[in-house]
Amino acid sequence: MIDMFIPPEYEVVRNTELCIGCRVCERQCANEVHKYDKDLGKMIADSTKCVNCHRCVALCPTHALKIVKSDDTYKLNYNWPQRAMNEIYRQAATGGVLLSSMGNPTENPIYFNKILVNASQVTNPPIDPLREPMETTVYLGKKDVEIKRDARGRLKDTLPPQLKLTTPIMFSAMSYGSISYNAHESLARAAEELGIYYNTGEGGLHTDFYKYGKNTIVQVASGRFGVHEQYLMTAAAIEIKMGQGAKPGIGGHLPGMKISDDVSKTRMIPKGVDAISPAPHHDIYSIEDLRQLIYSLKEATAYTKPVIVKVAAVHNVAAIASGIARSGADIIAIDGYRGGTGAAPTRIRDNVGIPIELALAQVDERLRQEGIRDSVSIVVGGSIHSSSDVVKAIALGADACYIATAAVMALGCHLCRSCHAGKCNWGIATQRPDLVKRLNPDIGKQRLVNLVHAWTHEIQEMMGGMGINSIEALRGNRLMLRGVGLNETELRILGIKHAGE
Amino acid sequence: MKRIYVNEEWCLGCHLCEYECMYANSGLDAMFKLKGRTNEFIPRIKVEGDDGSQIHFAVNCRHCTNAICVKSCIAGALSKDEYGVVRINKDKCVGCYTCVLVCPFGAIMPAPDGKAAQKCALCTDNIMGEPNCVKNCPNNAIVFEERD
Repeated sequence: MIDMFIPPEYEVVRNTELCIGCRVCERQCANEVHKYDKDLGKMIADSTKCVNCHRCVALCPTHALKIVKSDDTYKLNYNWPQRAMNEIYRQAATGGVLLSSMGNPTENPIYFNKILVNASQVTNPPIDPLREPMETTVYLGKKDVEIKRDARGRLKDTLPPQLKLTTPIMFSAMSYGSISYNAHESLARAAEELGIYYNTGEGGLHTDFYKYGKNTIVQVASGRFGVHEQYLMTAAAIEIKMGQGAKPGIGGHLPGMKISDDVSKTRMIPKGVDAISPAPHHDIYSIEDLRQLIYSLKEATAYTKPVIVKVAAVHNVAAIASGIARSGADIIAIDGYRGGTGAAPTRIRDNVGIPIELALAQVDERLRQEGIRDSVSIVVGGSIHSSSDVVKAIALGADACYIATAAVMALGCHLCRSCHAGKCNWGIATQRPDLVKRLNPDIGKQRLVNLVHAWTHEIQEMMGGMGINSIEALRGNRLMLRGVGLNETELRILGIKHAGE
Repeated sequence: MKRIYVNEEWCLGCHLCEYECMYANSGLDAMFKLKGRTNEFIPRIKVEGDDGSQIHFAVNCRHCTNAICVKSCIAGALSKDEYGVVRINKDKCVGCYTCVLVCPFGAIMPAPDGKAAQKCALCTDNIMGEPNCVKNCPNNAIVFEERD
């Protein structure tokens, strides 16, 4: 029996006036959409296979291709939009859980877009970052230590280990396995050149990249993939992943076909078998248990590296963060519900978790109220779109931001949201050697460096406009923010006034 | 001298360079005008490796220091200019194709008219400014640089 046909959401349109039949589209499409048809003597396209990654559009030398939203439609129904109907059809055909990739694309509010930034006029002058110093360096770690002196009255260095960032941006966790070797190399080299950090994700660290250890944050997640002494010692910091914004409450799932030889060696798991991270850490059922893991890792690395605890933004995030701050963590990373993923159940991705802006404001507020804000740094991620989002996040109380979706976009990602298929035409979310080589790390590194440089310039411009000359002075400075189109509750949670107030 | 080099590690076998070369030397003012005429031109760069192959690399004239094609030309049509670029003078070429036979890289080929040979002159013989295959390689697999 044949499955019921579901019309494609997007259609490939070829301008035959412009197509010269070079077949670049055909050679570059891992989904086999394009084909030179001998019978017709021309190029044809099968839109049903198209994932809309735009690889062919970007590479077509005569710009003969475009991809359009299909105008095929079921009978219009506000209550049953086409997407919801198609999902029913898919599940009726397969009986399976719907899978998606990248961040939550639904139409919920994006609070960053409803927050406006202040600027100086007349009374306190703006600062020109091209003429005057503008400090973007940030140190992440515990800062609440007691000042101690030795017998001769000299200051003892009691400061716990810190991470020094030249700009308040880091590349957040993406595992080797979910993304390619060349993507990891691009991130590692860019982090080194920028003086920031990238994060291995839960897939271990390829031995080729140990040399970038000074700019590497290694992750210890519930699957414990690739965790061993050298892995921990190589890194600048260790991150315990308790949750991920795209899929709070569940573990990870890397399909077996992405477990290549190298991935299997790096993760220390069999080749070709699905890698499943459990939903919980099986040794963590309380803040006390978390504290044990934090101190095990600190003990294993002789207290030389900060430990980050990453959680998804969920309803009780402020209380959870308070617990984490008291458990000995140096840094708390919070991942909002728009955060990306290489694969997540659609229903979880689109319905679980809360917006990062609200979570961040509440965590910062709670830690201040409890007088423990200085005992941890806060890093936030989950769809930081631009430098202005970074500025707003810092003014809401963050120390730095994690970017990953923006980073893979710099590498070529067009958010086709098909990572879980493992056939990424841009060489990012794939392990197929012929596709991986499409991402030349020389180019990838440079594009990441360009992006972060551009954002840093913009952050400096915005800070200068506010008359602020260091990130320190912007952090938690909510008077620099105003909401627009937000209700009383939203403003109260964000801790900001409405525009005009 | 600056030469075109290819790094097979990054060559995707997409064949864009061949079409960019055809366009550069076609004299046309827009690439899409190659439509229906691609058989009238022969690219001076060729991607080695079939579509299914794991390894691809684009080959064009190496501008050899001791160019065997120059030595073998019976008509004096091939020469090295002051910069080291191996050039062909089509007016002198008699179409004997000795150069085609002797080139160890297969980088000289009969021109489409069949009366003379043709080869890459690093886009100095057209209006592209710099080699068009290098400019349009999507993965930096083809580079134009000085090496020892």
